Amino acid sequence: MSILLSNISKNFGKFSALDHINLEIPEGELVALLGPSGCGKTTLLRIIAGLEQADEGRVLLSGEDKTDHHVSRRGIGFVFQHYALFRHMTVFDNVAFGLRVKPKKTRPSEPEIAGKVHALLELVQLDWLHDRFPDQLSGGQRQRIALARALAVEPSVLLLDEPFGALDASVRKDLRQWLRSLHHELNVTSIFVTHDQEEAMEVASQVVVLNHGRIEQQGAPSDIYDHPANAFVSKFIGQTNVFSLEHHDTQWLQTTGLQIADDRQGKTAHVRPHDIDIQKASDDDSAQAILKDWQHLGALIRIELVKNSPDHPNATVYAEMPNEQFKQLQLHKGDKVSLRIRNAHWFH
Amino acid sequence: MNAMTNVHPVKAPTLQQALHDTVWVRWLLTAVAVGFIALFLCLPLAIVIFEAFAKGWETYSAALLQPDAQAAIGLTLLTALATVPLNTLFGLCAAWAVTRFEFFGKSLLMTLIDLPFSVSPVISGLIFVLMFGAQGWFGPWLSEHDIKIIFAVPGIMLATLFITFPFVARELIPLMQEMGSEEEEAALSLGASGWKTFWQITLPNIKWALLYGVLLCNARAMGEFGAVSVVSGHIRGMTNTLPLHVEVSYNEYDFVGAFAGASILAGLAIITLILKSVLEWQQGKH
Repeated sequence: MSILLSNISKNFGKFSALDHINLEIPEGELVALLGPSGCGKTTLLRIIAGLEQADEGRVLLSGEDKTDHHVSRRGIGFVFQHYALFRHMTVFDNVAFGLRVKPKKTRPSEPEIAGKVHALLELVQLDWLHDRFPDQLSGGQRQRIALARALAVEPSVLLLDEPFGALDASVRKDLRQWLRSLHHELNVTSIFVTHDQEEAMEVASQVVVLNHGRIEQQGAPSDIYDHPANAFVSKFIGQTNVFSLEHHDTQWLQTTGLQIADDRQGKTAHVRPHDIDIQKASDDDSAQAILKDWQHLGALIRIELVKNSPDHPNATVYAEMPNEQFKQLQLHKGDKVSLRIRNAHWFH
Repeated sequence: MNAMTNVHPVKAPTLQQALHDTVWVRWLLTAVAVGFIALFLCLPLAIVIFEAFAKGWETYSAALLQPDAQAAIGLTLLTALATVPLNTLFGLCAAWAVTRFEFFGKSLLMTLIDLPFSVSPVISGLIFVLMFGAQGWFGPWLSEHDIKIIFAVPGIMLATLFITFPFVARELIPLMQEMGSEEEEAALSLGASGWKTFWQITLPNIKWALLYGVLLCNARAMGEFGAVSVVSGHIRGMTNTLPLHVEVSYNEYDFVGAFAGASILAGLAIITLILKSVLEWQQGKH
């Protein structure tokens, strides 16, 4: 089911949580609402669900205006950040709840419910836990049960609030991949909220970047990474070095081979760490930086450089390169290096 | 340096000394606590039972079977039966409103819920007299329409209702605050109506705290003296509740009657205590 949000605004007292949000999500997408905490992403998710009312604007699901529909009649599945499993019910009863509370006319028979619940528990690979209570489960298991419970009512939209927020790092990694493949299998339009850009890039087919209650950019993960719409997105998605032309960086930047057009005066250059090439400097004059330190990130090496510039000493520049390449350069701490900046994004 | 090599012999006695002190202090504190309880709780209870049966079982049962005592017991039960369900309902509504909604004057409501705890019961009774008594605000109107509240059963009910209304709400509010509303929201998102959500999700989660509140509310409703004393008028066989009956009997030197009544209230208190422990244990388990 497609989702259309038109002109959604929400204020808490004088604080504007959402400021005229317009968003269209085509059917079958897996969308990440990404932003720093307090940017309004959870509020937006709750407004789509009907758990919160917008002050202004409409929510359309499949072209149908659902703004005034109660949460129980929107046909959505909601997975809460802390799972919100019914603590006095077994796993089975939790998943069966949505089917059992249906009005008599549409309620399946108890054997049908049992069949469906077991099928869902098998889908999340936890059927063997069906008679346990929530407090006997691990975080990852609870998360998957919460998902099975939300899917039981066959929602046309699945909404997940920080689905991996409360999990261990290793469990989180597994669940991300699992959620992605599950979405592939079910193809139900899904939106999840996250503050973790890596998670958004890895799981989502579309990313919506929010900040201060506004949408900064919407697009495929690669689009957003390669073509950030503004300085906020550039800084928020991935690492970036920021060079300000006002801060005497101009001359230094020119020596790195970066073209600086006249109309870029007063702007800042955002350079991704992997867009910086490093060579051992042949002599002191051609050196733009000194290698200060490096960290092993697995396949990549992150290199900390100190700018060799009298105007702006001690400023750190980060570069990244594959492990092998770094080994071949045979660099040591304190070495003078020359830099080539291949690509930059310019923002005000 | 010497001390370093002698660590064990030096340290051991001081450690023992410390433990010794602790034991001594522990015994003293325990003795004070137990002695206090024995003197001020167990001894009076024993005296109540002793005095009630001082003239034998026959006199005891006769004292309880006399019409005035029967009327007092009946009125006490009736009062509890009327006020406890009402205050359970009120407690649920108040706890729900306070923990689930944001509204203007919420903290004022929270403070007002505690009012009966902070006001002397006698003052509470007096307020009802000032409102509904013959000289009170609504007095003339009430007598015009021939409605009796003060010195009648409705007054007793009102006073008890006022005195006991915080109990259920006070038990539920902290629990419901801590639980949050996520489970309820989850139930709603799964298509449950508000009513089904309350019965199947909220109530099972708060049932032990609710029962606990009801129990305390009931104990107070049956045992309330001050406020009821002011509005009752002490009409024998009509407006005397059990605590008032005890006082009246005692003042008339009917000691067996007074203590027999008191023994029923004491028995009620003991049953309340046992149920309270059971409920606390159940609450701890969940």
